[in-house]
Amino acid sequence: MAIPTGGLLSDYDSGIYFDEMFGHGGDRADICRAVVRELNRQDLKVFKRRSKDVDQELRNLGITFTVYKNAKQIDRVLPFDAIPRIITANEWDVIERGVVQRVAALNAFLSDIYNEQHILNDGTVPRDLVVKNKGYQALMEGVRQPHGTWVNICGTDLVRGGDGEFYVLEDNARTPSGVSYVVENRHLTQRTFPDLMKGIKVRPVSDYGQRLVEGLSQMWPGGADHAAVALLSPGVFNSAYFEHVFLAREMGVPLVEGRDLIVENDKVYMRTTRGLQRLNVIYRRIDDDFLDPDVFRSDSLLGVPGIVKAMFKKNVVLANAIGTGVADDKAIYAYMPRIVKYYLDEEPIIKNVETHICREPDALAYTLENMHEMVVKPVGESGGYGVVIGPRATKKELADARKKLKADPANFISQPVLKLSTSPTLTRTGVEPRHVDLRPFAITGDSTWVLPGGLTRVALKKGSLVVNSSQGGGSKDTWVLA
Amino acid sequence: MHNLLSRQAEAVFWMARQIERANNLARVLNVTASFGRDGDDLKPWDAVLALYSEEGEYAQRYDEKHVGDIVYFYTLDQENPNSIISNIGFARENARALRPLMSTEMWTHINKFHSELQGLRRSQLRDEKIADFCEMIKRNCQTHAGLVSETLFRDEEWYFYGTGLNLERADQTTRLVDVKYHLLLPKKAEIGSQVDVSQWNAVLRSAAGFQAYRRIYHRGLTGTKVAGFLLLDERLARSVRFCTNRAANMLEELIVRYALEGGQLALEEAKALARQTAEAKIEVVIADGMHEWIDDVQGDVVTITNAIADAFFLRD
Repeated sequence: MAIPTGGLLSDYDSGIYFDEMFGHGGDRADICRAVVRELNRQDLKVFKRRSKDVDQELRNLGITFTVYKNAKQIDRVLPFDAIPRIITANEWDVIERGVVQRVAALNAFLSDIYNEQHILNDGTVPRDLVVKNKGYQALMEGVRQPHGTWVNICGTDLVRGGDGEFYVLEDNARTPSGVSYVVENRHLTQRTFPDLMKGIKVRPVSDYGQRLVEGLSQMWPGGADHAAVALLSPGVFNSAYFEHVFLAREMGVPLVEGRDLIVENDKVYMRTTRGLQRLNVIYRRIDDDFLDPDVFRSDSLLGVPGIVKAMFKKNVVLANAIGTGVADDKAIYAYMPRIVKYYLDEEPIIKNVETHICREPDALAYTLENMHEMVVKPVGESGGYGVVIGPRATKKELADARKKLKADPANFISQPVLKLSTSPTLTRTGVEPRHVDLRPFAITGDSTWVLPGGLTRVALKKGSLVVNSSQGGGSKDTWVLA
Repeated sequence: MHNLLSRQAEAVFWMARQIERANNLARVLNVTASFGRDGDDLKPWDAVLALYSEEGEYAQRYDEKHVGDIVYFYTLDQENPNSIISNIGFARENARALRPLMSTEMWTHINKFHSELQGLRRSQLRDEKIADFCEMIKRNCQTHAGLVSETLFRDEEWYFYGTGLNLERADQTTRLVDVKYHLLLPKKAEIGSQVDVSQWNAVLRSAAGFQAYRRIYHRGLTGTKVAGFLLLDERLARSVRFCTNRAANMLEELIVRYALEGGQLALEEAKALARQTAEAKIEVVIADGMHEWIDDVQGDVVTITNAIADAFFLRD
């Protein structure tokens, strides 16, 4: 089917990458026909004006993240692109099953490495990679989690390649953020672009908070009727404070800060107008290092002295559990296909991006040979630090990287340069393809539920592959078709 | 159902007071601008500095006293913690901490109000524009009050809000009366003069009490009557008597309804102040010294506030 003419998408050229609306050369337009038809009823000028109104509305609502520049506090809006990203029912079925499988493997892995360590003992995953990892918390050795659940909230970053298949780029098993945008983006669409959804069945995302509080309550004996749940935030100056407010409200639980809590007799209480009140399950949005000055960083003012001891005594459940950071490290990521197979005896439903573990001789040789067209990443680093992108590197940079790689191969993994899919996006001049990724969110208590949707981040700069909000990224409403 | 967090009780109590402060500051500035309308008279503006005991803070920042500087100091000066813009900024920070407890409408309004103020420049405050500015502040504070009334959940936060609001309003009304009675005190011969009467008229209007006053006193407008009305009338929503009574009632209901264990001391103090304003006679107040009476009320408000903080707010 040819791309229809007249309207928002009439001049759209989806380019050389896989396009979320049109596939390759329009072959997906059939699947998204109803959406495309609605979009083509829109006039570009009017659409732009309505998009501008949305931006103002985000500011008024205070749906912002905070950045600090020259010691000044600035509230930024995550730009919202009103053209939705579409996921079909069949595609979602694969994603959902793939995420559930991935979370099961992560939890089995964490239970094992902090207890029997089978996977290390038989050498499937190198021991030093795990126990020397920054995210590994030796103090959790011997700890058993209710239902074997260490990762209650997981965000799995997916990308779609040139072949139209989804791949896992990264697991976020500590405190993944962004789910508030998934829900708020849907509200924005419903409020400001209700016409786009006319006659299209999209799966709802609004019950995330209720699912979350249910999942968290399952971590306490007796469940929902007995668990006093709270969300622990670093406070109003945290960049994700809006999300903390959002989640506490949606869950109907108190939003507490470290200074609101006190530990007495190894039990955790919050300070209220009527005195101390007990908490059982704490969804903490504070990193391990800042959680408890008695155990981790002693200079932390955000945490609660004694909370870790209370957790050991099983008087409180912390979600996610301490020590999950080891599982979402780049070094472990490379082993995830083997980890899935090891614990579940299944092939991964969603594959990893092709990854070469340079500590293995064949992979090292391959990487050295093809370095000019690969991405080489040091493990144990985050935020893109030390990453060399072959096609964009100078001869000298490549030579330097080769030297570093040979000196310490175990410190590197390599991947092919990704052909990230694109999605039609409103730009200054019209509608153009921009690269996107997808972060679905999974909640696990006694079982795993995946929110039908996810955060689609879009790189608003032409040609850019960087979707991070700090570097010119925006977001889209993500429609999972029923 | 859990009780209100101590931190949130503190935030809601102070948010109410900060909005009310901005509201009253706008009223004081508006009435002062009307005093000084005949020429660039510094005297009433000087009185405003004295009213809030901020001559020292002002002098640290500005070389000389200028009407324009004083206006700026109390409106858009972010470095003055008592300016309107600072109060609204603090109120918004408190509102952020209270977001899980407030309606989206209430939060959105305070957020917009704050950014509207942030967008203003000093040049937009010249002379005749002061009145417009004060109107804008009042209108926003009243919108806030309406949203509180319509949307704030009638739980503990409602009572902390009401207690804070009424304590602040009682304090502010004493200041409004004081600025005319004490600081702009006319010489004997000028009492009852056209200027004197028009100034009392302005004070009355700034407390939105003119119509109500006229229902009681069909004719005549004297300092004694106006002061008596603003301080001690039982039905005027901004009077000291009305507000202290309301604060004591709100506090009592809070403690009883939520079975709070602390706060007895604060309640006793609040009831004592309410009783004292209910029994006061304006002639006696004036004879014994109006300024001292006003000082006592302001001191009692501080005592009650400290007792509330000790009982309910976050303490290490």
